[in-house]
Amino acid sequence: MKPSPFAYARAASVAEAVAAFRASGDARYLAGGQSLIPALNLRLQAPELLIDITHIAALRGIELRGDALRIGALTRHSEILASPLVAEAAPLLAAAAPWVAHPAIRNKGTLGGSLSLADPASEFPAVALALNARIELDDGERLRAVAADDFFRDLYETAAEPGEILTAVHVPAARPGQRFAFDELARRRGDFALAGIAIAGDFEGEIAARLRIAMFSVGPTPMRARGAEAALTGTRLADADIARAQAALGEDLPDIPGDAQTGAAARLHLARVLLKRQVARLRDAPEARPA
Amino acid sequence: MSSRLRVEMIVNGEPAEAFVEPRTSLADCLRHHLRLTGTHVGCEMGACGACLVMQDDVVSHACLTLAVQAGGSRIETVEGLSERGALADLQAAFHERNALQCGFCTSGMLMTAHELLRREPLPSRERIRDALSGNYCRCTGYEAIVDAIETTARRRASAQAPA
Amino acid sequence: MNAPLSPLDRPNSYIGKALPRPNAKRLLAGRGRYVDDIQLPRMLHLAFARSPYAHARIVGVDAEAAAHMPGVRRIAVGAELAKLCAPWVGTLLHFKGMKSPPQYPLALQRVFWVGHPVVAVLADTRAQAEDAAEAVRIDFEPLAPLCGMDEARAGDAQILHDGFTDNLAFRTTLENGAVETAFAAAAEVVEVDLVFGRHTPATLEPRSLIADFEPGERALTVHHATQTPYQFQDVYARHFGLDESRVRVIAGDIGGSFGMKLHVYPEDMATVAMSLLTGRPVKYIADRGESFLNDIHLRDHRVRAALAVSREGAFLGMKVVDDTAIGAFSAYPRTSAVEGNQVVRLMGAPYRLTHYRGELNVIFQSKTQTSQYRGVGHPIACAATERLVDLAAARLGIDPLEIRRRNYVTQDMYPHTTATGYRFERLSLEACLDKLHRLMDYPALRAEQGALRARGVHRGIGIATYVEITNPSPAFYGVGGAHISAQDGCVLKVTPSGEIQCAISVTEQGQGTETIIGQIVADRLGVERERVRVLTGDTETTPHGGATWACRGAGIGGETALQAARKLRDNILGIAGAILQLEAAELDIENGEIVDRIGRARRLSLGELAALVYFRSDTLPPGVQGELTVAQHFAPKGFPFAFTNGVHASLVEVDVETGFIKLLKHWVVEDCGRIINPLLVDEQIRGGVVQGLGAALFEECLYDDQGQLLNGSLADYLVPMACETPDIVIGHVETPTRDTELGAKGCGEAGTSAASGAVLNAVNDALAAKGASISQIPMTPERVLRALGVV
Repeated sequence: MKPSPFAYARAASVAEAVAAFRASGDARYLAGGQSLIPALNLRLQAPELLIDITHIAALRGIELRGDALRIGALTRHSEILASPLVAEAAPLLAAAAPWVAHPAIRNKGTLGGSLSLADPASEFPAVALALNARIELDDGERLRAVAADDFFRDLYETAAEPGEILTAVHVPAARPGQRFAFDELARRRGDFALAGIAIAGDFEGEIAARLRIAMFSVGPTPMRARGAEAALTGTRLADADIARAQAALGEDLPDIPGDAQTGAAARLHLARVLLKRQVARLRDAPEARPA
Repeated sequence: MSSRLRVEMIVNGEPAEAFVEPRTSLADCLRHHLRLTGTHVGCEMGACGACLVMQDDVVSHACLTLAVQAGGSRIETVEGLSERGALADLQAAFHERNALQCGFCTSGMLMTAHELLRREPLPSRERIRDALSGNYCRCTGYEAIVDAIETTARRRASAQAPA
Repeated sequence: MNAPLSPLDRPNSYIGKALPRPNAKRLLAGRGRYVDDIQLPRMLHLAFARSPYAHARIVGVDAEAAAHMPGVRRIAVGAELAKLCAPWVGTLLHFKGMKSPPQYPLALQRVFWVGHPVVAVLADTRAQAEDAAEAVRIDFEPLAPLCGMDEARAGDAQILHDGFTDNLAFRTTLENGAVETAFAAAAEVVEVDLVFGRHTPATLEPRSLIADFEPGERALTVHHATQTPYQFQDVYARHFGLDESRVRVIAGDIGGSFGMKLHVYPEDMATVAMSLLTGRPVKYIADRGESFLNDIHLRDHRVRAALAVSREGAFLGMKVVDDTAIGAFSAYPRTSAVEGNQVVRLMGAPYRLTHYRGELNVIFQSKTQTSQYRGVGHPIACAATERLVDLAAARLGIDPLEIRRRNYVTQDMYPHTTATGYRFERLSLEACLDKLHRLMDYPALRAEQGALRARGVHRGIGIATYVEITNPSPAFYGVGGAHISAQDGCVLKVTPSGEIQCAISVTEQGQGTETIIGQIVADRLGVERERVRVLTGDTETTPHGGATWACRGAGIGGETALQAARKLRDNILGIAGAILQLEAAELDIENGEIVDRIGRARRLSLGELAALVYFRSDTLPPGVQGELTVAQHFAPKGFPFAFTNGVHASLVEVDVETGFIKLLKHWVVEDCGRIINPLLVDEQIRGGVVQGLGAALFEECLYDDQGQLLNGSLADYLVPMACETPDIVIGHVETPTRDTELGAKGCGEAGTSAASGAVLNAVNDALAAKGASISQIPMTPERVLRALGVV
């Protein structure tokens, strides 16, 4: 299907982009386009103006700044996959990247786009939540940062105000003693998951001192499994601890979407299986611990 | 709103120009304005891989790119890659192995294979299938395509190996 | 010492050789020519305003605003196009009692499925046509849709069509022997109640056509992505009142069909009608969303069946009820009843079975039409039969391969007539099973399965036997009154430089038709195959024939080409003999040279002979005309169908915690008679298998209770991709048919016919260890979890 007609403008700076957005009243920012253009092609959306932000240099680049990795919003998924800096400082992001769609989509899709859209079935919002990334927003006049815990509000709804551009993501660099796990269950390679999990844990010896468990495809946003976290925190992740965490998941995930092929009950079950398997991996597998 | 914009790109090594509505996809621009019909349209949502082209040296869905977005880009289609010989060994392997039937997915498959072998010169069969995860084929069942890509990788490796 | 040349070593021996396809090279270079690649002068683009309801009355249409939008050239509604196009009815005479109302290019008073086209909008570009279609205002009065087979047959069901007393398009029962007696005498009876998901073809190239009407001569040219240009030449001529000789249908490169592009769609007829109205070329390309809603659907069945067996495992009798949900209309011209008809006639087919009862109910629904697609009824009949066989094996404690071996039709029974009246010339059921047993190393797989089960890893092995209808005679369609040819024609000519051009009425969609015809012609004539050019797909330049359907290209098209080549060879040697003053029988042709049959001395080249005939007819001996063009038609005689046979095996691993199924490997041993090109046969099998794997695990059209398709996109209707499909091992047995000299049968559908049945059996084999079973495909993770009682 062909989209409804729209106008197109390229922005050279954030200020220019925001000004064009405000002047139009019915505009959308265009970055990778891998989610926006299908929506336009299906006529699910019909804005009057597309503002192409992919030429704004300030939105690029991956760099280590102190103890955090700053990833520019225009960083392509394929760049995250290939970056040695990400592999070392944000291994959970590197672990999630191969699961995102397909190679050609990864060549174009951007981290900023993924977090802005906040599709609850997407990998990167859940990883951002597991790492408590700080998400940088620019409205043309001021810059602010929102913690991931506060960023994802509701279905496709984030803390970004209309017109605000997500400019960068700051991820705390991996530290010794940390372990990470990522997995998802999808019908086919590259499909949106039926359930997915991203875990970042601080360990003191074999004891899980602090855990952040983010799950995706199991709610209107990526979901912190706080009850499961509580059941596991301070433990050695024994099988009995894991079983308690699995039981807690029912309350952690009160609003699981179901579709015609896989209902909510099945997804909750899958989420429990994922939790069990990935926590066990955190406990047992040497590769869960970065070098 | 439907007024046309002039787009300039380098297509298959040569300057190309089209006068298109902003909503015109790169796929439609290549096919109908520039008459490069080797790139195909299968879904217009990035799910099938029929429309893959090289844009600034990476494989990309032409159906998910606006022609106006591609202004200033270097685009290579199957015709261009074919004419400069970049796909010759892949094409030969596909042909020998009958890794195509109707041919509609084939240019997309060649694009994916082309990029895969540049990034991973000797991929396993599993890695090949993984790279093909976004390329839909209804005719072949994929195995012959995996075979042809694997064969090409092996031939390239032995061509480079010291005698 | 040199060994004598085997048949495959002699020059120009191409039949049986694995050779790549000459016509694939241009596809690899991006030089395919699919319909959407074609631009004609002054061409316009068609889009439709369609029904959003599964069932509704059309109260009014307001296209005023739409007509004034940019680029819009013409808008038409149902009544206007109905004047140009005679309605079509999707019934065949040999389906007694079959009924379906007339259909028109655009809806008239009511719409009958979501997507039913109501208004045609013609504009300078497709995007402009869509903009205008969106602006068309249609006033609908929604009506209750007919959804669900049981609902459609309930006593108080609304009757969908005026003048009908029920919602059955067709119903039939078959009976043979004394089935109740057989059941009464049985030691055990096993039963299935199987649900099969409704499919959509999802060809990568959607339906595409350009209709180009030239008013001066009232000539119509249609560039049509169809498998069967000859059928459409007839359809367009008859329904639009045009001279058949002035209707030309050109089927060039087609991006996948598998049967989908055989059927008449309202959009095709609307496209032609709009070209008639405007006198300009009109292009219609279905987009992916339109494809999901309007391409023929298939395989929507519920099969309840029972098999009676003796204590020793002999099959005593079988009963089947097949309920199949079609669309609101039966498809034209091949109907929507053939799939179900094949199901009830193919149940139990590979086995010795006399006592049988089958009942078929073909039920209207407020959905898009259904019709023939790769395998047609075979996958359903095979899965249901083979599931019964596995259940019998389990009940009696007999190995699944062994119970099949005990019950197959044996080699001394041929020719054999099944309980449903199908006649087998000769099959190779046991030989295929034996070969499969070796190929897969069945005992080793069973041992490994046992060892892994002890460690909590659940693998399953499933077997499925099929027989397959190929090389169909007029018994399939012609007897029913359809203008669908079961014969083919071939025109072979020698060019002045001695090359061969072959124009033939079978068609190419990538399976390799042109290649195998070239192999046969070159082989029989004695020329290098590079010297043979095969032309297909254009009704103006090829004889009328059956084109592609029901696996007929190799068997019937191939025989046509073989006989044409022999005729031409006789002509060539007759001329050569006259010129050389020898008997034709003393000569032969080898690599394009006319040679002595004994001694192989070169006499003159085919090019030299052709040059004499064409340019120096003054030098030819008196009485020699020099016919270097021949025409040959061939219609299959003998058995009404050439049945093939084979057997599949599937190895799966079921994750009993998640319900996910991994396809580890798949085997096929098949017998399609004389193989012309093993490379092409193998790839047809592989492609067909993967479609069957899609059926087993992924594909189904899901509807809500208002007849809305819930998963009409490639993100939600799950087709198998490269990571979900295993490598497939293939073995062959060859039992040529004696009905033709070539001996070839067909192979295109064999992969699909048994793949889903093999996987269904494999998954059940894995689940048996947990006391669970599953009776529905696709076997989604949720359905597996439910079977396991986990969810």
